[in-house]
Amino acid sequence: MHVTHLSLSDFRSYAAVELPLEGGVSALIGPNGQGKTNLVEAIGYVASLSSHRVPADAPLVRIGAPRAVIRTAIAKAGRDSLVELEITPGAANRARVNRAPVPRPREVLGMLRTVLFAPEDLGLVKGDPDGRRRFTDDLLVARAPRFAGVRAEVERVLKQRNALLKSAGASIRSGRGDVRTLDVWDSHLATAGAELLAGRLHLVHLLQPLVRQAYREVSGGQGEARIDYRSSLGEDITVDTPPAERSRDLLAARMLEALARVRPRELERGVSLVGPHRDDLVLQLDFGGTQPSPGGSGALVPAKGYASHGESWSYALALRLASYELLRADTSGDGDGEPVLILDDVFAELDTGRRRRLAELVAGAEQVLITAAVPDDVPQLLEGARIDVMGGEVRRVR
Amino acid sequence: MYEGVVQDLIDELGRLPGVGPKSAQRIAFHLLQSDPVDVRRLVSALTEVTEKVRFCSVCGNVSADDLCRICRDERRDVSVLCVVEEPKDVVAIEKTREFRGRYHVLGGAISPIEGVGPDDLRIKELLTRLADGAIGEIILATDPNLEGEATATYLARLLKPLGLRVTRLASGLPVGGDLEYADELTLGRAFEGRRLLDV
Ligand SMILES: Nc1ncnc2c1ncn2[C@@H]1O[C@H](COP(=O)(O)OP(=O)(O)OP(=O)(O)O)[C@@H](O)[C@H]1O
Ligand SMILES: [Mg+2]
Ligand SMILES: [Zn+2]
Repeated sequence: MHVTHLSLSDFRSYAAVELPLEGGVSALIGPNGQGKTNLVEAIGYVASLSSHRVPADAPLVRIGAPRAVIRTAIAKAGRDSLVELEITPGAANRARVNRAPVPRPREVLGMLRTVLFAPEDLGLVKGDPDGRRRFTDDLLVARAPRFAGVRAEVERVLKQRNALLKSAGASIRSGRGDVRTLDVWDSHLATAGAELLAGRLHLVHLLQPLVRQAYREVSGGQGEARIDYRSSLGEDITVDTPPAERSRDLLAARMLEALARVRPRELERGVSLVGPHRDDLVLQLDFGGTQPSPGGSGALVPAKGYASHGESWSYALALRLASYELLRADTSGDGDGEPVLILDDVFAELDTGRRRRLAELVAGAEQVLITAAVPDDVPQLLEGARIDVMGGEVRRVR
Repeated sequence: MYEGVVQDLIDELGRLPGVGPKSAQRIAFHLLQSDPVDVRRLVSALTEVTEKVRFCSVCGNVSADDLCRICRDERRDVSVLCVVEEPKDVVAIEKTREFRGRYHVLGGAISPIEGVGPDDLRIKELLTRLADGAIGEIILATDPNLEGEATATYLARLLKPLGLRVTRLASGLPVGGDLEYADELTLGRAFEGRRLLDV
């Protein structure tokens, strides 16, 4: 699939802009702060209903304007569709597909897929579990939009449950309160949480060989990347657990057990201590024999803390490249799962070797959108359309 | 800010559900410019509801008397009780003309975020109604959202030991809607709750 037109009203720095696009590579070039990322951010928003830069919608609306509108024309499986989103902070966003309003913006998930590389991706490797969970869940939703509902439900249950743990914790501990309401939230957390967990385990299982392959291709050095999933339910739950042993029902039962076990501590602390919100996507490097491993035993080390800056970048790129491969290979729906690749300012972050290898890996994609401050940041191999972005104006120059 | 009484009116209107400051202002000025006869009719309607409308002492529905129309109606099936969150849910179900039993209005749903626990709902009253054994089936018709589901789960667990038949409204696809526009969770649940077609 690819985007054939982007049109913005009151989005970020743009009062109004029209950007025709085509398949192949397009580079958006312009000095810092001119609005290049704002353009690709809007395309990413249509695909995921969230920004890769900010958790809330308010900064997306042009200062002083009440709402922003993003319109994208998408060519997918030989058909054109128009997706329009109206973003109103503090109120419900609205969406239209081919000019017909849909009941909820969530309906547009799946119409456009993107995989977005950004300087912030380094945080996937070096940062907190939170960012890695978001990576996993975003990809899960891109593959199966149903998970947007599951994810929202888990978040809502956790909010309710934490509110109860805080307010009722003291009285329940002293034996006066009603534990039956907590039992109810436990069972809802177990049901929704198990569904999300099962989805994540399956996803990471599929992603594992793709990340290993992509890391090999992009790092050009020693070591293998190995991703795993760490569940707060116990170490025996891994991506290698056979599907029959990690069915939703079994996982829900495990979650109930775990919740019962930690209940006294939860009542004391007033927060939910087990569940998908406490899990992590584990990023490791395997130096199997080629290097003496730290600590002496085993060659598997966590990427965070051990990987060099360049290796960390390779890992982050490998996660995105693997996402791209996974989505591309997905022929469900209309058979066109290939996402639009967006490379926001990444080449400037990479050394020559990684630059070249990344360029080779993405060159054949159906649509690649690149932002860079100077033309030299775009590898030769990715020469294509060039659009200059300057002071809120976009101009096709090649 | 407007002068005294006008601002008071705007403030009061602004406290109504779904009315923001801007709408409150618009309604206030609409009232100021309306025919005083119309405004007085509104005033007397408001006075009447505050003075005359109460809640049914049995089911908790809005009512003009101590017992509501449904609780007074001898023809209704006393063995089936439908539990709902709000009086407006009674109206919605009555419209279907499918249900011939009686109601119990909880007055909300469990929501720790809003500080609503089981003790804040009319659950004690529900248990009292069940005491004489006349009621054999309870239909839990709370909203199909998280809080409504949690309330239904809570009640189901509470009522199970009493040996009653406890049922939950099937949460399925909205009739009249397009399948393609059903949200994923509803559609997912509809698949799980699918039944064999006996032909
Ligand atoms: N809500 C908003 N309203 C108005 N202007 C905004 C808003 N949000 C961001 N901007 C402006 O948009 C500009 C940033 O645009 P953008 O991030 O797209 O820059 P860029 O071209 O990608 O720059 P760089 O090369 O530094 O990454 C800044 O000048 C910022 O002040
Ligand atoms: Mg930028
Ligand atoms: Zn009544």
